[in-house]
Amino acid sequence: MSSTDSTEIAKTDDSSLASDLDKSLSDSISKKFSNVEIAYVKPDRIRVNVKKEDIIDVVSFIRDELNFDHAESVSGVDYPEDKQIEVVYHLGSYTDTSLDKKIIALATRTSREDDPRPGNDNTILPSLRDVFPSVSFHERECFEMLGVYFDGHPDNRRLLLPEDWADMPPLRKDFRIKGR
Amino acid sequence: MSNQVYPKDKEILPGLQIEKVDDRIMTLNVGPQHPGSGHMRIIIKVDGDYIVHTDPDPGYVHRGEEKMAEYRNYITNIPHLERPVIHDSCNILYPYCLGVEELLGLEVPERAKYLRVIAAELNRCVYIEYWLAIYGIFLGHSTMFMWPVGDRELLIDLLDKMTGARVTHAYFVPGGVRNDVPPNFEDVCLRQVNYFEKRLKEYADVFYDNPILISRTKDTGVLSREDAIKLGTTGSVLRASGVDFDIRKKEPYDVYEELDFQTSVLKEGDSYARSKIPWLDMFESCKIIRNALKKMPKSGSVRVKLKPKPKGEDTEVYRRVESGRGALGMHIVSRGTPQPYRLKISVPSFRNLIAMPHLLTGEKLGNMPAVYWSLNYWPVEADR
Repeated sequence: MSSTDSTEIAKTDDSSLASDLDKSLSDSISKKFSNVEIAYVKPDRIRVNVKKEDIIDVVSFIRDELNFDHAESVSGVDYPEDKQIEVVYHLGSYTDTSLDKKIIALATRTSREDDPRPGNDNTILPSLRDVFPSVSFHERECFEMLGVYFDGHPDNRRLLLPEDWADMPPLRKDFRIKGR
Repeated sequence: MSNQVYPKDKEILPGLQIEKVDDRIMTLNVGPQHPGSGHMRIIIKVDGDYIVHTDPDPGYVHRGEEKMAEYRNYITNIPHLERPVIHDSCNILYPYCLGVEELLGLEVPERAKYLRVIAAELNRCVYIEYWLAIYGIFLGHSTMFMWPVGDRELLIDLLDKMTGARVTHAYFVPGGVRNDVPPNFEDVCLRQVNYFEKRLKEYADVFYDNPILISRTKDTGVLSREDAIKLGTTGSVLRASGVDFDIRKKEPYDVYEELDFQTSVLKEGDSYARSKIPWLDMFESCKIIRNALKKMPKSGSVRVKLKPKPKGEDTEVYRRVESGRGALGMHIVSRGTPQPYRLKISVPSFRNLIAMPHLLTGEKLGNMPAVYWSLNYWPVEADR
């Protein structure tokens, strides 16, 4: 399955405003990994699209070589027309003061099924919990809200939804709020 | 809508799994309606007096803010997005407004930038005072409940004058602020903030230098610098563990770059340090407000005119600010419609949630309120 071919976020021309450090960060990622797509380099914001098979390698490189040490946010985005769900990790750094402003948005995609059975279908991504322990509650939220099962996460349990919730994951686009 | 029945085999519901009864270990449900835990449940296992396992179970007040935001346009999203943390409503709208401005390409007028900073700092103090009151009462210190609740009225009055509402202000809009301040606002603000700062100093005598508070919070729930970074904590929890990271300094937004203030950092990482950081922050907030009042342009427009239902570009933004609890980020995905395609609110309380099992496990049960509330955790915000 190709996860980055139909990326919605188009390449933009903001790169002229980005600093040299932004460019060197994105260059070091694209030099190291050939099958990684740099979607944009805006001032202080870099977005990297990776295939789900490569995400552990790329994120380990970002942690060990580029000194990013924590995840700020994990957002799942549903794209029903592509039959894909995207998960975006926003990574930041506390230890390296030159990276204070920088955020790397690391995005990956997985397939999506029309009749979701969370945990028992093909909507699976590798968990980044072993690399960044800070994602552990964020990935739990993503599992219940979009039905993405994080393989390797020891704690894929319900978090925010009520215990008797028996409908589809609510942040999928085909879940509609009543009356809207 | 569908005929599925959850949970399937790969999902276990928190607190509902069948467990073997142990003759030593007892399970306690703290919350969700118990005031000692705010509006969340913490499933605690105790062996005698000691906590051996902690399982935080938020979600009691989950309202689906992120889903609701996908159905409303960029302007009508404002009033409901501040609901997760109404005592800090300016700061939760701040990253949203910054993000939408980036999407729509708006330039905020200079006076509006200063008004935003003043409102955000007043709001930060209002939030911290409310949190401090709760922290005081859960440590059995009822004076520390009465004083902050009374003093925060001063600032609520100011915000009332600015915005017309005591708590849910809806003051920030993409492109500026909703309205200008009344003519005599600067003088009143300066007077009340100066008095407020004088009152803050008295908290040291009654609370922070109090031997009973010190004995309950010193060396309890110690979070080391390495763990604070590894767990991705933020705000007062992070700064109490010796990491100097404040978004207002590190990634200055609006006019914070031009204002004179320090960030408060302590090294100890215990509950006492965590409870002291917000108090120190309030002095800096007073400094920022005075500085901003001096530098603010005396007149000028306070918002740019928007077309009805403005459409964002086909892109995404991630903006963050420093709220009363820590870094608050918003990830807005736009696909050229008047509504955001996806809005993710990355709240500091949810990010600090991971520190809770880390710190509570191994503590005495009696220390639970001291450690739990020192995390500056706001359950309603974590649930969104």
